[in-house]
Amino acid sequence: VQDLPGGPSVNQLNFAAPVTKIAEEQHWLHWMMLIICTVVFIAVFAVMFYSIWKHRKSVGHKPATFTESVTVEIVWTAVPFLIVILMALPATKVLVAQKDTTNADLTVKVTGYQWKWGYDYIKGEGEGLSYISTLDSSQRAMSDAGKPEGDNYLLKVDNPLVVPVGQKVRVITTANDVIHAFMVPAFGIKQDAIPGFVRDTWFRAEKTGDFYGQCAELCGKEHAYMPIHVKVLSAQDYAAWVVAEKKKQSAKADDPSKVWALDDLSKRGEKVYAANCAACHQANGKGAGAIKPVDGSAVVLDADKSKQIAVLLNGQNNGAMPAWKQLSDTEIAAVITYTKNNWSNKTGQIVQPAEVLAARK
Amino acid sequence: MSSAAHGTTPYYYVPHESRHPVMAAIGLFFVILGAGQWINGADWGMYSLYFGLVWWLTVLYQWFKEAVGESEGGMYGRKIDLSYRWSMTWFIFSEVMFFGAFFTALWWARSHSVPALGSLENALLWPDFKAAWPSLVAGATTSPAGIIEPFQTMGPFWLPTINTALLLTSGVTLTVAHHALQHGDRSKTIKFMWMTVLLGVTFLFVQGYEYAHAWGDLNLKLSSGIYGSTFYMLTGFHGFHVLVGMLMLLFITLRLQKGHFTKERHFGFEGAAWYWHFVDVVWLGLYILVYWM
Amino acid sequence: MSAVLDHHDHAHDDHGHAPAGWRRWVYATNHKDIGTLYLLFSFAMLMIGGVLALGIRAELFQPGLQVVNPELFNQFTTMHGIIMVFGAIMPAFVGFANWMLPLQIGASDMAFARMNNFSFWLMIPAGAMLVGSFFMPGGAPAAGWTLYAPLTLQMGPSMDAGIFAMHILGASSIMGSINIIVTILNMRAPGMTLMKMPMFAWTWLITAYLLIAVMPVLAGAITMTLTDRHFGTSFFNPAGGGDPVMYQHIFWFFGHPEVYIMILPAFGIISQIVPAFARKKLFGYASMVYATSSIAILSFIVWAHHMFTTGMPVTGQLFFMYATMLIAVPTAVKIFNWIATMWRGSMTFETPMLFAVGFIFVFTMGGFTGLILAMAPIDIQLQDTYYVVAHFHYVLVAGSLFALFAGFYYWVPKWSGVMYNETRGKIHFWWSLISFNVTFFPMHFLGLAGMPRRYADYPMQFTDFNMVASVGAFFFGFAQVYFFLFVVVPTMRGQGEKAPQKPWEAAEGLEWEVPSPAPFHTFENPPKLDATATRVIG
Ligand code: HEA
Ligand code: HEA
Ligand code: CUA
Ligand SMILES: [Cu+2]
Repeated sequence: VQDLPGGPSVNQLNFAAPVTKIAEEQHWLHWMMLIICTVVFIAVFAVMFYSIWKHRKSVGHKPATFTESVTVEIVWTAVPFLIVILMALPATKVLVAQKDTTNADLTVKVTGYQWKWGYDYIKGEGEGLSYISTLDSSQRAMSDAGKPEGDNYLLKVDNPLVVPVGQKVRVITTANDVIHAFMVPAFGIKQDAIPGFVRDTWFRAEKTGDFYGQCAELCGKEHAYMPIHVKVLSAQDYAAWVVAEKKKQSAKADDPSKVWALDDLSKRGEKVYAANCAACHQANGKGAGAIKPVDGSAVVLDADKSKQIAVLLNGQNNGAMPAWKQLSDTEIAAVITYTKNNWSNKTGQIVQPAEVLAARK
Repeated sequence: MSSAAHGTTPYYYVPHESRHPVMAAIGLFFVILGAGQWINGADWGMYSLYFGLVWWLTVLYQWFKEAVGESEGGMYGRKIDLSYRWSMTWFIFSEVMFFGAFFTALWWARSHSVPALGSLENALLWPDFKAAWPSLVAGATTSPAGIIEPFQTMGPFWLPTINTALLLTSGVTLTVAHHALQHGDRSKTIKFMWMTVLLGVTFLFVQGYEYAHAWGDLNLKLSSGIYGSTFYMLTGFHGFHVLVGMLMLLFITLRLQKGHFTKERHFGFEGAAWYWHFVDVVWLGLYILVYWM
Repeated sequence: MSAVLDHHDHAHDDHGHAPAGWRRWVYATNHKDIGTLYLLFSFAMLMIGGVLALGIRAELFQPGLQVVNPELFNQFTTMHGIIMVFGAIMPAFVGFANWMLPLQIGASDMAFARMNNFSFWLMIPAGAMLVGSFFMPGGAPAAGWTLYAPLTLQMGPSMDAGIFAMHILGASSIMGSINIIVTILNMRAPGMTLMKMPMFAWTWLITAYLLIAVMPVLAGAITMTLTDRHFGTSFFNPAGGGDPVMYQHIFWFFGHPEVYIMILPAFGIISQIVPAFARKKLFGYASMVYATSSIAILSFIVWAHHMFTTGMPVTGQLFFMYATMLIAVPTAVKIFNWIATMWRGSMTFETPMLFAVGFIFVFTMGGFTGLILAMAPIDIQLQDTYYVVAHFHYVLVAGSLFALFAGFYYWVPKWSGVMYNETRGKIHFWWSLISFNVTFFPMHFLGLAGMPRRYADYPMQFTDFNMVASVGAFFFGFAQVYFFLFVVVPTMRGQGEKAPQKPWEAAEGLEWEVPSPAPFHTFENPPKLDATATRVIG
């Protein structure tokens, strides 16, 4: 295994190499703390071990009888007090800087889903772009097999978050189901993504390159499998990427009024299922443990198609089955059609995107 | 204790081995086992829960009976009396902290989470949500997702105000009873104790009626968003404490009728009275924070 | 119980003076027996929690999933935390309190002997529910020991079992604490003024106060979780106006004092042991009392240092950062007082002292990493990484657990009447100390490098340190098995040298004024004490 540039190094001993001012400051603070603490530690325990060595009974040391000294007590209350004030001063400065999310050049909304990240560019160059970023599925398979390899093991995603270098990027976090946390060590950021609420943080990357992080708040069974990959591009490259991405997205956008044939829609649904549903319901649709099977499920087999549509749009059981409204109408229609016609489910029913659109309120 | 060997109250009374604690724990085992299963839809859980409760209450009855016997048998000296006072004080403190958690939830929701949900920032997620606390703005639901059925809030008039009067009066009657006991006027004590108990019972009936009214007429339910959640949890836990306090007073009254307690020594009475006053104070908090504001 | 009581009619059988057979334990009202029960229970829980930890470490030995799947892994993590905190460490200290407090303050027993036993027996159904939850549909709770909403709302039925179990444990703790406070406040022998009380009693007095203040708050938080799960409330559901972060505030208002609940009695034990083996009185007794109280008071206003990444206003972050860093000051006073107690003493290093010195040394490392975490800008990097895991195992394992070991070796002669084997004690100490550091020291590096906690699998670059940690964990685990088989079991069987009344030359306190093993009843009449309240004079 080699070091992963922008990600962890082999047997790394300290913070990731900083790529933002804030991360640099954190680095500096940490060194300061480490040095002060080490010095105090050595000083304190030098005294203790000296005493342990010199004042042993076995060398015939006789116990002294002093038990109290107000002066000494005051001194050793005051000194630590001064030390912590000394530590707090620079920390305050960094903290205030790190919370200042005003005047951003680019604002991206980051949404945590079980178990992937959604990126929406909501202000600045690239406004309107929106996509989902998921762990590369071969990585998950390697994990299950217990035989991982590669320097970017568990960090490889399909669509990285792309940002321009040297620009202030404001990251607004939120979540769809449970709390996640958006963390990129090289940038010195970590911000919880809380369902129903927005929070924010910011970074200004000073180098181009690839930088990695992972979800840092327990969010269920696939918590370890929702990495973050940020690609920092030069201004020109970023502009080019935005143009290309816009094209790609408009080409991919499905027309919700299109009427599909069952086979095509089911094929499309198979992909949606693999990317979103299989993590819980399993590829064989049987579910596992507390997770209900899709194969043979009454709701799936029901002739009233609106029931299953409602479950996908709104979730069920307090979000144990999360809402999937972030998927497009076509994707939802496709995956429903797929589940209605796969495994032992042979209903022959087809759900058109228009029906999903109608069911959204 | 050997100091008691001289025929007086022991310096400190340490009871024999007793089967009550382990029995009580067994009862509670069935309670939590059953409760956990029942709310997940297993019917046998209900039987386990009730079985456990009955078991537990039976054990408590025996336990308290034994303790009362010891008390009346003169086993409890001045030290024990003081121990009971301390323990009741700390127990009430723990109850204060318990209610504190729910009052905090109310405060946090009102002055933090609901406004935050309706803030400019959050418009990104809930563009149409106007944050307003339901008791301030008619028709507000505190639900950004619009998933909550419309409901009306519960104002202070008249049921909660009647209840306030009931509880305050009961505090007075209880104090009268206490004074009577201190003056050795047992029949007056008992009379006023019964009044106190009755006031407590009436309170519970009024609250039951209030709930029926809220649920049925106002469509105010546990599921009415954070307003309904805090409303029912606060008033509900309070009501439960009224029930417990009322039962305490009831047993004290029955004991008074049996001739228990003396004018100098009656901590059982006082402990129940402290508890009742505590319940009273919590109610005043509720009355102001939940109903008026 | 003496003859007096026997001519009162009791509903149950009368066993006269010497209780025997199973009834002695199951129906116990004797503080010593109940203390023993607590200690045995907590050791069993330490084993169960430890086996779960070894499950975690086995899975993390190398990247990729080899031993458990991620669901089960999260269950292991969660139940490891809950069982260790509520099942092992807390009851162990209560066990010490039961055994030692009445002896130390010259009382005949705990204030409420039956309630005392009730507190103990409540732990059994709760513990059974917790361990049993692994066998429920969907497995054990897997939302972390902190049980953050809304993840808890997605858990299966075992979550409810867990919540009810925690309710029961809370009730047990509250009753236990009331018992302890009342015993200390009301049952001291005449002459044992508060400021002459042994430090262990002082720390427990303050701990019990903390417990009564925060256990009900935890009960409130998990009750809200319960109603959100089943009764349609919206406490933590933003769609209904609630807030998941509210759970965290309520939880940590409990959670932070909780961690001091697990360390203050440890401080008390160390404060007993260090003077005994330095043959010199505790330095700065009064300042120790004030420092302990300050820690307890401050502990109520620092909770949000666990929440720096939830995105609170900068003023909030600053407040909680400063308040947290302030706790280093009273803790510093404690450390310095211990060292000043050793200074110019006449020290010997039997096992209790070894563990005490080890405690001071290693706990301070954990304290310093705590201080580093308290710096909000740094915590942004470290929150929810293995650095935090390293921090709290330094203070909990090398702190609380080592102090418990120290206390065990110090007092076991009084409990069992026999001396433990000194060589074995020393082996246990060095084996534990070394393997502890091998296990948890590398976790600092993992955390700095950004390895998140509660991860079933990790990037390849983290492999080596994880391997070291896993190997260390097994060695540490076996050290505890050794301790059980070769130290605990022999003393329980009464094998070993007979213990004198006061095995430690300079130990002070009333517990050394009664024979070893301590007779079933002690101080049935309040003893007359000398001016220092450390000797019985009549
Ligand atoms: C016994 C338990 C215990 C104890 C005693 C402590 C003690 C401290 N803890 Fe720790 N802590 C935990 C148990 C404990 N902690 C647990 C379980 C968690 C994780 C919970 C979870 O998320 O699951 C946690 C997490 C935790 C966090 C959150 C980390 C995160 O999740 O991001 C923080 C942050 O501030 C913190 C800080 C501190 C501090 C400042 C102290 C201080 O009290 C330490 C004070 C001691 C010293 C400082 C050393 C001695 C002093 C000197 C020798 C004097 C000279 C010193 C100077 C003035 C420099 N702790
Ligand atoms: C309170 C005390 C306490 C104690 C004593 C311990 C003890 C140990 N803990 Fe701790 N731990 C916590 C409290 C504690 N822990 C908490 C609160 C968490 C957070 C949980 C969460 O994130 O929610 C945590 C989390 C935690 C993690 C992180 C898990 C994760 O984030 O996914 C790890 C990982 O290594 C770990 C390891 C260990 C180890 C190796 C020990 C060792 O000290 C254990 C030693 C082992 C034994 C004492 C067992 C001895 C018995 C045997 C060896 C029997 C052998 C039998 C057979 C072979 C059949 N613990
Ligand atoms: Cu998402 Cu952890
Ligand atoms: Cu804390």
